[in-house]
Amino acid sequence: MRVLRFAVVALMALGCATACEERPKTQESETTQGTGAATGAIAASGETGPADANTILIGEVGSLTGPEATFGVSTRNGIDLAIQQENAAGGVKGKKLKVRVYDDQSKPEEAANAVTRLISQDRVAVILGEVASSNSLAMAPKAQAAQTPMITPSSTNEKVTQVGDYIFRVCFIDAFQGYAMAKFAHDTLKVKTAAILKDQKSDYSLGLTKVFNTKFTEFGGKIVTIEAYSKGDTDFRAQLTAIKSAKPEALYIPGYYTDIGVIARQARELGIKTILLGGDGWESPTLTELGGSALDGSYYTNHYSPEDPSPHVQQFIAEYRKVYGAVPDSLAALGYDAARVAVDAMRRAKDLTGPSIRDAIAQTKAFPGVAGTISIDENRNAVKPAVVLKVEDGKTKFVTTVSP
Amino acid sequence: MESVAAPRFSGVPGWLRGPLPILLSLPILALAQWATAQAPFLVYIASIVGVNVILAVSLNIVNGMTGQFSIGHAGFMAVGAYIAGKFSLETKDVYLPFMQSVAASDQLMFVFALLLGGAVAAVFGFLVGLPSLRLKGDYLAIVTLGFGEIIRVIVQNTEMFGRALGLSGIPQRSSIFMVMFWVFLTILAARRIASSAHGRSLLAIREDEIAAEAMGVNTTAYKVRAFVISAFFAGVAGGLFAHFVGIINPGSFTFVKSMEIVVMIVAGGLGSTTGSIVAAVFLTLLPEALRSIFTQLGGGDQTLAQRVDQIRMPIYGMLLVALMLLRPQGLFGTKEIWDVAPKWLSRRRKGMR
Repeated sequence: MRVLRFAVVALMALGCATACEERPKTQESETTQGTGAATGAIAASGETGPADANTILIGEVGSLTGPEATFGVSTRNGIDLAIQQENAAGGVKGKKLKVRVYDDQSKPEEAANAVTRLISQDRVAVILGEVASSNSLAMAPKAQAAQTPMITPSSTNEKVTQVGDYIFRVCFIDAFQGYAMAKFAHDTLKVKTAAILKDQKSDYSLGLTKVFNTKFTEFGGKIVTIEAYSKGDTDFRAQLTAIKSAKPEALYIPGYYTDIGVIARQARELGIKTILLGGDGWESPTLTELGGSALDGSYYTNHYSPEDPSPHVQQFIAEYRKVYGAVPDSLAALGYDAARVAVDAMRRAKDLTGPSIRDAIAQTKAFPGVAGTISIDENRNAVKPAVVLKVEDGKTKFVTTVSP
Repeated sequence: MESVAAPRFSGVPGWLRGPLPILLSLPILALAQWATAQAPFLVYIASIVGVNVILAVSLNIVNGMTGQFSIGHAGFMAVGAYIAGKFSLETKDVYLPFMQSVAASDQLMFVFALLLGGAVAAVFGFLVGLPSLRLKGDYLAIVTLGFGEIIRVIVQNTEMFGRALGLSGIPQRSSIFMVMFWVFLTILAARRIASSAHGRSLLAIREDEIAAEAMGVNTTAYKVRAFVISAFFAGVAGGLFAHFVGIINPGSFTFVKSMEIVVMIVAGGLGSTTGSIVAAVFLTLLPEALRSIFTQLGGGDQTLAQRVDQIRMPIYGMLLVALMLLRPQGLFGTKEIWDVAPKWLSRRRKGMR
């Protein structure tokens, strides 16, 4: 047993040592200075706790590891950039801001764990997170019960903010994308008939389908057929043949990029020449890789485009590129917006208690976010425009924005 | 075989011996409930630990005592979680008029939800166990693994269970009292099975199935019973899990979860109830402790905190390898802590086993 105990201790020490060793190499994302010296002393206690009187702690829960890790890392980068800028601009009420982020491994139970820890151990003022709606749904009841305001940057499922009056979001909900694409198809592309190919396994796809269907019909268009597939299918020829015989002018496919490429290729093989339309599930660097030239001339709705010519968007992109050496994706932009909405609300709030900050967030109107101007409505959802992107020669191009 | 006998209470009248542990536990649990009222994080962690202990101890009945290698425990947990969660969602606003208050009514409904979840999981345990427990070794492992995955895929494609998004908004009725009470019941059941005639048969099956059969033990019947009991408690654990996390989705009940539980009982010693408990507590708290330490080491440095979870699995792996090399029988082997602890204290007195 002595040998075993020694081995366990040695292993743990080894784990610590390797992690410490790598530390200087990793990019320092600490957003306040001067805490470095104190950490050694606290380390012995192994306990995290609330920040000192001159610091406002903001909690973040993100999928930094696991299948959705890229989402979490982008969001974190966006939030860190926003907090750095706000600190440089003087912080809030004379205090510096600091972000404490916990990983949830893309699992709801870990997200609930992390948010409980942020609320009761770290006593954060505001919680930012999560990307995936299921994780946000795990966090929201805990934040609501503790009266700690929570802003999700990019959970689009409408249930999230229905949890309670402390839960907000800075992105549009699924339904709005369906509306935006219906409007764009009818008003800008002048399409009269459309078909829909939906993913029957995904709430996201079904939500978009429903709204696109009703809105497009309301605008005076006609839905000629609705076909269904299941995520992960590899053969779509049966559905596509049915769609071909219905002769639509446009085909709306509200799915995820992994399926879109195959669908587009098979559609073109069958001689379907209609315009393809989609939602933000299309957004991925590998979309055009999977679809190739079959996707040329397609359009999809998204939260933000790095080609948006507005000066504040371009300034954000330049600063993000300076810090992280990459063009920010929409998750980074939404994380940036969420952090700035939170900071803006804390500035306006009369004090830093949960209820005061909540009221201030609820009053957010016409806030100039990089992913669209944000107004919070009575359901605590952001009312903001969607951007429409066009796929051309393997690249996406900004076309227009569609306002609610 | 004295190693499996529970410590005796002497001087307790016979009629009291059955309910005594439960009567003793209630005030202690009530005290724990009162003491942790202002510490939601502690309650959350304790609940996670409690659920893992229930899972480990119940799986130990099949894997440890009976010697059957089941690796689909997360499937039974999922059944319990979804059934109990769905029941609570549907009856969220139901108030039992004969109860004193809304809170008391909720708690009774919660107990009922847990029992329902456990019972349905037990039925599944029976259905899976009956045909598959005629198999041995690797084949049984494959069947149970398949079962776990089938449950997950069914849930993922069922509208009623919320598909990939899962069930959300499950009323958070769980409390440290309820979790620990079930932990206690599970351990009690496991111990009493081990020291009963039923348990002896299970142990006989583990040691030598052919010999057991030759001695007149109906091996399939005993194995199925062990499987059903194990599934029941896994279902209850799932129900508890659903009621303190508040959301369940198929991602929480993957093969990885099943393996985590198997790791716990193997590390603790197959067949040792106390070993499963110690290993479950340790392996559940390990990542949280690492998170605390790393957050402090990095002073809140995110990239470091992020690394914690990445090194968790390697640490699991290294621990297991070290354990298998140094103590192939697990932490306690098939013994219980009270069989092993005195020996550690008196530093291997000669002749003592």
